[in-house]
Amino acid sequence: MMQVELTVNGVQRSDEVEPRLLLVHYLREVCGFRAANIGCDTTSCGACTVLLNGESVKSCTVLTAQAAGQQVITAEGLAENGDLHPVQQAFRSEHGLQCGFCTPGMVMAAVSLLQENPNPTEDEVREGLEGNLCRCTGYHNIIRAVLAAASAAAEPATAQAEVTA
Amino acid sequence: MIPAQFEYVAAGSAAHAIDLLGQHGDDAKVLAGGHSLLPMMKLRLAAPAVLIDIARASGLAGVSLDGDEIVVGATTRHADLASSELVRTEAPLLAHAASLVGDPQIRHRGTIGGSLAHADPAADLPMALLVLGGSVEVSGPAGTRRVPADEFFTGFFETALADGELLTAVRVPRQAGVPWGYQKFVRRANDWAIVGAAAINGRIALANMGSTPLRASAAEQALTGGASPAEAAELAAEGTTPGEDIHADREFRCHLARVLTRRALEHLS
Amino acid sequence: MSILGTRVLRTEDPRFLTTGGVYTEDVTDEQLAGACHVFFVRSPVAHARISGIDKTAALAAPGVLAVYTADDVIELPLIDPLAPGLMNAKMTRTMLASDKVRFVGEPVAVVVTEDPYQGEDAIELVDVDYEILPAIVDLDDALADSVLLFEDAGTNVVANFGDTASLKQDLFDGCEAVVTHTFMNQRVAPAPMESRAAAAAWGEDDRLTCWIPNQGAQGTRDDMVKYLKLDEGQVRVITPDVGGAFGAKFGADPEHVLVAWVAKKLRRPARWTETRFENLVAMTHGRAQRHTITIGGSKDGDVHAYRLEVIQDSGAYARIGAILPTLTILMASGPYDIPKAEAIATAVATSTTPIGAYRGAGRPEATAALERAFDLFAAEIGMDPAEVRRRNLLKKFTEPHQTSFGALYDSGDYAAALDKALEAAGYADVRAEQARRRASGDVTQVGVGVACYVEITGGGDESGPPSENATVEVHPDGSATILTGTSPHGQGHSTAWAMIASEELGIPIENFTVRWGDTDLIPVGGGTGGSRSLQQGGAAVQQASRELIDVARERAAAALEASAGDLRFDQGRSAFAVAGDPEASVALADLARDERLFVHSIFAAPGATFPFGTHVAVAEVDTETGKATLQRVITVDDAGIVLNPLLAEGQRHGGIAQGAAQALLEEVVYDSEGNPLTASFADYPIVSATELPSFELASMETPTTYNPLGVKGIGEAGTIGATPAVQSAIVDAVAHLGVRHVEMPATAMRIWRAVQAAKSAGSEAQPTATESA
Repeated sequence: MMQVELTVNGVQRSDEVEPRLLLVHYLREVCGFRAANIGCDTTSCGACTVLLNGESVKSCTVLTAQAAGQQVITAEGLAENGDLHPVQQAFRSEHGLQCGFCTPGMVMAAVSLLQENPNPTEDEVREGLEGNLCRCTGYHNIIRAVLAAASAAAEPATAQAEVTA
Repeated sequence: MIPAQFEYVAAGSAAHAIDLLGQHGDDAKVLAGGHSLLPMMKLRLAAPAVLIDIARASGLAGVSLDGDEIVVGATTRHADLASSELVRTEAPLLAHAASLVGDPQIRHRGTIGGSLAHADPAADLPMALLVLGGSVEVSGPAGTRRVPADEFFTGFFETALADGELLTAVRVPRQAGVPWGYQKFVRRANDWAIVGAAAINGRIALANMGSTPLRASAAEQALTGGASPAEAAELAAEGTTPGEDIHADREFRCHLARVLTRRALEHLS
Repeated sequence: MSILGTRVLRTEDPRFLTTGGVYTEDVTDEQLAGACHVFFVRSPVAHARISGIDKTAALAAPGVLAVYTADDVIELPLIDPLAPGLMNAKMTRTMLASDKVRFVGEPVAVVVTEDPYQGEDAIELVDVDYEILPAIVDLDDALADSVLLFEDAGTNVVANFGDTASLKQDLFDGCEAVVTHTFMNQRVAPAPMESRAAAAAWGEDDRLTCWIPNQGAQGTRDDMVKYLKLDEGQVRVITPDVGGAFGAKFGADPEHVLVAWVAKKLRRPARWTETRFENLVAMTHGRAQRHTITIGGSKDGDVHAYRLEVIQDSGAYARIGAILPTLTILMASGPYDIPKAEAIATAVATSTTPIGAYRGAGRPEATAALERAFDLFAAEIGMDPAEVRRRNLLKKFTEPHQTSFGALYDSGDYAAALDKALEAAGYADVRAEQARRRASGDVTQVGVGVACYVEITGGGDESGPPSENATVEVHPDGSATILTGTSPHGQGHSTAWAMIASEELGIPIENFTVRWGDTDLIPVGGGTGGSRSLQQGGAAVQQASRELIDVARERAAAALEASAGDLRFDQGRSAFAVAGDPEASVALADLARDERLFVHSIFAAPGATFPFGTHVAVAEVDTETGKATLQRVITVDDAGIVLNPLLAEGQRHGGIAQGAAQALLEEVVYDSEGNPLTASFADYPIVSATELPSFELASMETPTTYNPLGVKGIGEAGTIGATPAVQSAIVDAVAHLGVRHVEMPATAMRIWRAVQAAKSAGSEAQPTATESA
């Protein structure tokens, strides 16, 4: 066992963990943040994507020990004051989720993508999400959601898609 | 899905890592980004008893100029290599190769040192190093040495790294403005290459046409002898030993090698 | 203004987007406190006798509570083939492999540990001795019966649906052109993002509560009752959020049963989540039919006769996959008016993963075969494939039309769907571009494929006509609850059912709670599959809401001291008022104060409905490398009236993606020894965003009279149309080089080989059927 200290969703933590404890299991089982899901064994699906120091990573392929001293943000940590993050809001407005299993990882990947490329083309969005698999949506509305979030950020004065009652 | 048990130790420097490697011998593996090693450990294809994490070891990251070479620290991540202005100017083929590895999340973690030490013949960076005629710096208990790319990849997932040695840096010649070509044939965008071909300065390298990245020597010689790209590319598969899998049999791989080589030579950036 | 037909955002979403769905692995119920963890040792070989199992090392490993094998669970009943009357009844399965294993991935032993990480260590230590037997992978080998998977069965044939003796020798007499061809509708993996899982706990009262991701809690409960030999009242199944299912999460698998059994045996709650590897080898696969088509007609494009012969690979154990050919046969003639058509099928067992339902379940296969046949016929007579289809489509009908296969199509306008899709695609422009590139010999060629389909949704089963139940209750505080027998896993029933009830009751949708998937709360239900939910479950919600208004009306009459006939229900105010005197009113919610106000109703449909449409795909092929790229998919998917366009489009997108993936990319591959070669997401190429374009959906709504909503089922239609359209586009891109066929998935190697073969055969190209590498 070893002691690991890191910051998760803004809160500093110190926990005793097995060296082999995967970051995704640490986040889910030790911290109680279960939005990130495990969808594969080969670092392929991206359902476990979180932000490590602001960059998207697949938390199933990061040891908790490797994240020591660093900052992790999960989907639960995105919303501010209970409001949906603009990317989350865009996923809702564009019906970018169905069963929801890939969604937290997809949203975190999208957040990271837009940070690095705030005004992507459709092709750039598709390539930027090549590490995230979805079986339900056919990606069509996910792409729309990311493009909508990008243009909303570019022109905050423009009304976003309405939220119904 | 999860690795077998191991001990974890973080190295503060290259020297510290070499020391630890000496202590633990065969029981230990070096961990940088972990995106070649951890997937294997999770499938239990590898089960080192000790992991030596060099990701935050001092002096192993970063890109700099040294005379007519670019020096890339071993723990430099693919994402940083791909976006480095210096590399995009002086060795754009290398930046391009790094931008194609896996997907964005993988590029935020995977490192050039890890990728080269892993030596997957289908991967981008080994092929890139080979075509650029670069070299790696290796440090061990006996000191530091340099291994040219042509000598570094010795077999299927095998390199010239001896026991107890650490890959500390990668050097490639500065080639600002030199035309280069890069072709990666994949099934899906984030797959490994079914076949890859890269060309620069009369050198041609192939990925996934043998147990290591290979030089397409016959094609190179033809070019030197004045052949056109199309003529030279016809010889691209000579001397290669491509494997067969669900994507491609030998015949198709050789065909792809010829087509991709011609395209790498004809579509220069 | 009516909410029906509008793009209502999902009420489900905020939760999924912030804290995430609560899938079975996430459930934290107090009953599961201290749960132990269940792992499975699975066969690494396809066909073998088990000669011994040594548990010693595993039992000694850290954290191991128990190791169980077939002997330990001998009291559990045999699993019979799904339909023993139709299927070879001797093909039974034990809960854990006992004397034999019959596919790679079959569970052989159970290991139970204190914590999950210990389980993965311990399963490696269970030592199983296998006497290897020849694998049975190739369909013709299986049919030859030289090696039997079930010795007692005497054959590998699971079932026959019709036989070759019934085929008419003279079916194609008089046809000027006849084409015959054999091709595969290949095995694919449903691969929902959430793999299978279970959590089980027994109460002091000897009641079992289990949490299982499924497509119908009631069906899962019934299986658990059967396989654990319990009374129905002893089992409660709770369906948490489900991360996709696509037909592969019905009922209970041996693993689910064993988790509950372990919990009983160890007197401790038990949990299990499978890995992706396990999911790709032990969750049922889909499709896996071999088709031989023969199509004949006149040189001016009239199809006179069609024959379909199906060999269904059913995998090692006979589940629903073995009976899906009956749906393939039922839909064999599709939307066409073919004077003479016949279809037969044989389901045969192989030493591979059992075949189950996968989005479309038997109908995509029928359409894919028929559309390939039409393309081959069109190529044979040199006619435009869209034109051949138009000539042969059934004419528009509004009264039910019965086909020669016994399907009673409710309503259809197939030509209109074809015209609309071709127009939206700019078909003539695509053909012009194709001609231009062919003339200039471009390396990258373009092709266009057209597929017309009709499919069956919401059919009943042997228990009776299709039906579903709903309970709608209005509460005094103005909120409402809906209990539904459906089981959504991404389809958005919370929103859709609230919309339907809101329309009737005048209660805003955000004030609805919609519940499903708890057998204590909803003991009867048909679940969600076969695209049944809206036309039966939604119709039930509407019916219950209307009946609730009737009940409320009587109470309102008493409250207002008026006669019921003088009252009007004002949906806008959710209140009854006396006609002509709006002040004399009583709110619906108020009528729930003294006595609960709820109605339970069962909606029975007259029969299955038949959505239809046309898909047009545009694909490019790099003729040097063979690589195909999907450029466009344009669809018309007419499933009657659209309740919520946002949800309907989402279903179409998802279906199109999976359908395109089968044509372009995905295939489960076994080697000749029955070893799966695509047992991870690195090897099984589940389609990603970079292989797909954005889709172009055209609208068309031809209502059905089978339910007051006028709706049919949309969930599977996209898959059915997309696969043949995409395959067709790819073949079309290289048709000028002499290629008439490319097997699915149309990999670069297959396309390249087809082009090479056509070149060497000269301009008299034969249909090429390239086998997989």
